[in-house]
Amino acid sequence: MTGLSAVPDGLTTMAKALNAGLRRTLEEDPKVVIMGEDVGKLGGVFRITDGLQKDFGEARVFDTPLAEAGIIGTAVGLAIRGYRPVCEIQFDGFVFPGFDQIVNQVGRMHNRSAGAVKLPITIRIPYGGGIGAIEHHSESPEAYFTHSPGLKVVTCATPSDAYWMIRQAVADDDPVIFFEPKRRYWSKGEVAAQPGPLYRARTVRPGRDLTVLAYGPMVGVALEVAEVAADEGRDLEVIDLRSLAPLDTDAVIESVRRTGHLVIVHEAQRTNGLGAEIAARVQEAAFYSLEAPLLRVTGYDTPYPPSRLEEEWLPNVDRILDAVDRSLAY
Amino acid sequence: MTEHVRAVQPEPDMVQLLTPEGERVERADYPLDITDEQIGQLYRDLVLVRRIDSEAVALQRQGELGLWASLLGQEAAQVGAGRALRSHDMCFPTYREHGVAWCRQVDPLTLLGLFRGTSVGGFDPYTHNFNMYTVIIGAQTLHAAGYAMGVVRDGAVGTGDPDRDTAVLAFFGDGASSQGDVNESFVWAAAENLPIVYVCQNNQWAISAPVATQSRVPLYQRSAGFGFPGLRIDGNDVLASLAVTRRALDDARSGQGPTLIEAFTYRMGPHTSSDDPTRYRLGSDVETWKLRDPIARVRAYLSRSAGFDAEFFAAIDEESEQLAVHVRAGCRALPDPSPESLFDHVFVELPEDLRRQRAEFADFVASVAS
Ligand SMILES: Cc1ncc(C[n+]2csc(CCOP(=O)(O)OP(=O)(O)O)c2C)c(N)n1
Repeated sequence: MTGLSAVPDGLTTMAKALNAGLRRTLEEDPKVVIMGEDVGKLGGVFRITDGLQKDFGEARVFDTPLAEAGIIGTAVGLAIRGYRPVCEIQFDGFVFPGFDQIVNQVGRMHNRSAGAVKLPITIRIPYGGGIGAIEHHSESPEAYFTHSPGLKVVTCATPSDAYWMIRQAVADDDPVIFFEPKRRYWSKGEVAAQPGPLYRARTVRPGRDLTVLAYGPMVGVALEVAEVAADEGRDLEVIDLRSLAPLDTDAVIESVRRTGHLVIVHEAQRTNGLGAEIAARVQEAAFYSLEAPLLRVTGYDTPYPPSRLEEEWLPNVDRILDAVDRSLAY
Repeated sequence: MTEHVRAVQPEPDMVQLLTPEGERVERADYPLDITDEQIGQLYRDLVLVRRIDSEAVALQRQGELGLWASLLGQEAAQVGAGRALRSHDMCFPTYREHGVAWCRQVDPLTLLGLFRGTSVGGFDPYTHNFNMYTVIIGAQTLHAAGYAMGVVRDGAVGTGDPDRDTAVLAFFGDGASSQGDVNESFVWAAAENLPIVYVCQNNQWAISAPVATQSRVPLYQRSAGFGFPGLRIDGNDVLASLAVTRRALDDARSGQGPTLIEAFTYRMGPHTSSDDPTRYRLGSDVETWKLRDPIARVRAYLSRSAGFDAEFFAAIDEESEQLAVHVRAGCRALPDPSPESLFDHVFVELPEDLRRQRAEFADFVASVAS
């Protein structure tokens, strides 16, 4: 195919990187279709699909009726027919009407058909808080999906990962839930010339004294924490989990074997969140290396608060530093 | 419940081409070009399908199946619709469409695996253009709409080429008509003018809930609010089912959009082998519906008006005996899946952490065995 668009050059926002990645998937594979609420003319409420309908036509980039079960359920049918649908869920809190189709159909049909049916569906979900939104626009529902068999779940923290991971997710023959940290949509970064493996965690800052594990919107916060801690003479290692299912804990286990200390950070509510599973796996694999209990810094087990309170609710630099202090003082 | 309902329309018209007594009815709006030999073939389908069903009921009682959902009474609705399909049309069933599966040449043993617990579906929908059974009520209607969207994008509608133009047939029950998925599927079908035909088998019951629990209006009228036609057929009349589904599929293939067919029928047996219908319905209703049996009327027509003799019927009975043997023996011989298969096809390629779980499982199984 001629005219494949290039990897974005220079500083790029995450929103633009996602747009470029999606454009590339449309160019590469005529079976890719993009579907969702307001993704056509408007380009999505976050403009992630900006200009794609204009360039690829209404058969390939189209607005659906306003019903999430319908969006996911028809994507299943399109996939059975040989298409490769990319669904946009407008906001995290609106995925639940489609939850049944995701858990009972998207995650299982390959298994139900003994491998005959492939469902290469990507479900993009802008998620997380910190943007001063009203109710249902700041949720972190990733653990519902990581708990469900047959689904892959990933999240990006940088424009570079956004670009490469969306391309890799769409190319995957299994269904992928792709969580986009909406508060990072406008943050800028360079896009790497080559991708890393999709389902692997990455060490984004090496360190010796304590490991901080974060993903999505919290990776940036964890890096800030490491800067502050460095001023106090503490050398933190920061790992970006990236792949929530399959859960890649190899990097964190290897890291904790060296540092002996782990703080896990996520926005989602604490109980039965990803942090619980990570802590369980780390203590199983690195029990004798641990010098302190594994600590979690997360949202509280309450509904997401009104936006005037969200800075209190969300893990922030101070709360994470507090956990770092407690772990190192143990 | 029903007494609160104010009548909004008279009793609906119902397309019937063969009366319960076996008299042919001609209708100008649904002409049926069919020979007596072809009606004889439909009779064969009906008898064999009922035989598969009764054999499965028996196998369940003998403990060979964990569960069975009988289609008794609904053979005509299913065989008529199934025989209206062309081979390249796609079909999305519930869990009760054994008669449609038969018309799609799915081996009955494949269906039994699901009910015996040797598989969770386990067949390739592309081989027969018949999707796997769907247990979640209504979910398949959205898959059908999405598939139809793919058909449209493939340019396989309204070309006039009979080998290319494709329709999608989606089944659901009267209970399912309340599900959001079914209603959303209607929204999509209407908005995109999809080549889809819905067959709602109104068998009067959703487990113990009568159809009045679901709807104040006859179900076929639901489509009007969405903007596409709906009609009711005598669901115990295989000729009506064939003629009306055929026409609706033709309309779909030629780009005229969706149709809802309400096949008015009756679930003669329990909801499934686990159900006890004496707790919620009258035996006299069942007796009334016995008089409308889908098979007896075809037999009456064939012997009285088409001159089919005892030999014809005896041959089919013989074939049905052989089929029963195949089902019985085949069911008992269905192999249990191997423990290692637990992890098969969870993903196209098993990710590393699941490979580790599989190894852990295999080690444990081996350690217990040794
Ligand atoms: C989402 C969902 N809710 C409940 C059930 C349990 N259930 C199985 S069949 C059934 C009744 C379905 O009635 P209907 O749609 O009329 O179909 P029929 O069984 O009569 O063919 C119910 C409630 C289910 N399988 N799925």
